[in-house]
Amino acid sequence: MHFHFTDEQREFGEAMSSFFMREVTPEFTRELWGTPTGRSAAMWARVAEQGLLGMSVPQAFGGLGFGDNAWSLMTQVCGYYAVPDGVFETAWLAASLIDSLEPGSPLQAQWLPRIAAGTARVAVAHPVNPLVVDAHLADLLLLPHEGEVHALHREDVRVSRRLSVDASRRLYQVDWTPSRATRIADAELGTRLWAEALNRGALAVAGQMNGLTQRIIDLSVDYSAQRKQFGKPLGSFQAVKHLIANVAVELEFAKPVAYRACYAQAQGDIRRDVHVSHAKLVAAQAARLACRNGIQVHGAMGYTWEMDLQIFAKRVWALDATWGEDAFHLVRAADHVFHSEAPLGPGYTFSN
Amino acid sequence: MHLQYTDKQNRFRGEVRDWLAAHVPREPLVSFDTAEGFEQHRAWERTLHSGRFSMVTWPVELGGRGCDLIEWLIFEEEYWRAQAPLRVNQNGIFLLGPTLMDFGTDEQKARFLPRMAAGDDIWAQGWSEPNAGSDMAAIKTSAVREGDFYVVNGQKTWSSRAVWADWLFGLFRSDPASQRHHGLTFLLLPLNSPGVTVRPIRHLNGETGFAEVFFDNVKVPVNNRIAEEGAGWHVAMATAGFERGLMLRSPARFQATAAALVALYQRNRAKADRDPSIRNAVLRAWMDAEAYTLSTYSTASRLGAGGSIGPESSTNKIFWSELDLRMHDTAMRILGPEAELLPEVREPGVAGHWLTGFLHSQAGTIYAGANEIQRNIIAERMLGMPRS
Repeated sequence: MHFHFTDEQREFGEAMSSFFMREVTPEFTRELWGTPTGRSAAMWARVAEQGLLGMSVPQAFGGLGFGDNAWSLMTQVCGYYAVPDGVFETAWLAASLIDSLEPGSPLQAQWLPRIAAGTARVAVAHPVNPLVVDAHLADLLLLPHEGEVHALHREDVRVSRRLSVDASRRLYQVDWTPSRATRIADAELGTRLWAEALNRGALAVAGQMNGLTQRIIDLSVDYSAQRKQFGKPLGSFQAVKHLIANVAVELEFAKPVAYRACYAQAQGDIRRDVHVSHAKLVAAQAARLACRNGIQVHGAMGYTWEMDLQIFAKRVWALDATWGEDAFHLVRAADHVFHSEAPLGPGYTFSN
Repeated sequence: MHLQYTDKQNRFRGEVRDWLAAHVPREPLVSFDTAEGFEQHRAWERTLHSGRFSMVTWPVELGGRGCDLIEWLIFEEEYWRAQAPLRVNQNGIFLLGPTLMDFGTDEQKARFLPRMAAGDDIWAQGWSEPNAGSDMAAIKTSAVREGDFYVVNGQKTWSSRAVWADWLFGLFRSDPASQRHHGLTFLLLPLNSPGVTVRPIRHLNGETGFAEVFFDNVKVPVNNRIAEEGAGWHVAMATAGFERGLMLRSPARFQATAAALVALYQRNRAKADRDPSIRNAVLRAWMDAEAYTLSTYSTASRLGAGGSIGPESSTNKIFWSELDLRMHDTAMRILGPEAELLPEVREPGVAGHWLTGFLHSQAGTIYAGANEIQRNIIAERMLGMPRS
């Protein structure tokens, strides 16, 4: 029983954190808001150089072959810097889905090396998400049809943009026609693949939410130290302290739930669905409180376009209902607690 | 990250489970906040000790098993699962014990720890005073050095278990000219010392779970002092860290309550579902108890790998105390008109132990440092916000 990260995992996380601190600054994020694609090809290449895009690509295809567990810390790091979420669709969800196709599927040799090298973006549609992230730049799109998985090139689909409250999110309605030629997994395999993709998508959101919550705490602590009223820093007032402390408490108890869920997903644990839903529910709850209390601590400045707080708060609001809203995940958790024969008391936290 | 028990850990779980199945009293004991119940619970501590299960993390020579914190969590899971009695000596084994291990001399460890593990000495705590509650550094009770003794004068209050306990540990002002957290000394004294008067205070539930303790020229030998004279605050903070942190409230306790709450809801579903918020509250209770468990395993694992416990222990104390309140509040709402009935009322539909727990949960956000103080600690020491 080891419930902590190895030095190696922590060092990789810290290295990516320094990278994003330099590269994905709030100024850079605002600059991309105004561009037609909202994305930077140069940045994507630099992220690939760091190894991030190859984390779920097997070594045989030029990746690192780390698997799901490695995304525990990395999703948090990306959330902290509000890295656009399309990175997870390509590098985690699509890479894992393609890797899970029948062995020898030509798509593996064709796409996995390109994903790891940063020369292909793959968009992932899912029945729980009405719109598709970053479909406009996707070299390949993975699309569901009656449980099957279909793969289409960008030129074979029509995309039309929908504007999000978060200008970093690029969302598209995708219109396409399934055919035998586009099908890469039948309904039996496909249903399993979509279920795993949903869990990974929800885990990516949970991890990002935990990183975003930490960022909003840090911004609020900094602001409350600088801003003075009644001759004292705002942060010296107990009422202000408690607003931020309440967020810190929720975050402290959301993180280990996400780590356990990622581990369960990596292990193929039979209870992974309920663990994933639990992780997303509590991460989202903590993040919503972070937004609310963060804005309150910033006062009127918290409601301005000028404050960088909006970058992180809007990401929280935008991601909140993706990969299953609260209702979806509450139903999965309730199915476990109220309907399964599974024991619930002490001693059953870990599968053995 | 490897979230599976080892074979050794599974064997230990099996051994604990078998032993508890053979030894846990069939009938629940009377509350330890009564004269009869206190001695029943002392006898249970002796039984635990006979199986070397009274404090599994202690070294073998002190009556323990030298278990690590993960094994301690396993022990606690089995303990709560078996519905074994509450630990009457929790002040001793969970708070003073670890403090003595860190700060006591070898002579003190040999004198106090084996008797503590055996239930021969049951401990009360003496922190608060009438004018030093949340503001513990305002302590006034004095301990003046005279030769080989300290002479103690003053008053402590809210001393848990002091009505029937054997010994008291606490913090006393040894330097009359000192202010705040300076000049305080950590002393241990027998509650039957001449000059000690214990006046019971009744809890909300009518039982005498705590007491005022008056000191009138009480002589305490110098060798009952923990660490140096004047170092008491430092020692007390370490003890409080254990209290807020891992030891006082192991997660299994809340998992057991959450599972019982799910069962209560299932039995009363038709009635409970008329209020649609109840089902969600029950679900949340189970999730929060799991989250507290995961967090504790993560802390135990980090400590086992050489890390230390910091101000984040204050987040624990807030989380479990507020979870406990919410769970019991939900149970009361499920029980409806029967919720107000005392455990003595033995009729169908009455589940008075929830009322007992509900009353007890009202104290959780206050003892071991009020949650407002914990939030200040989080803001100032964990997040680095400016002091008031």
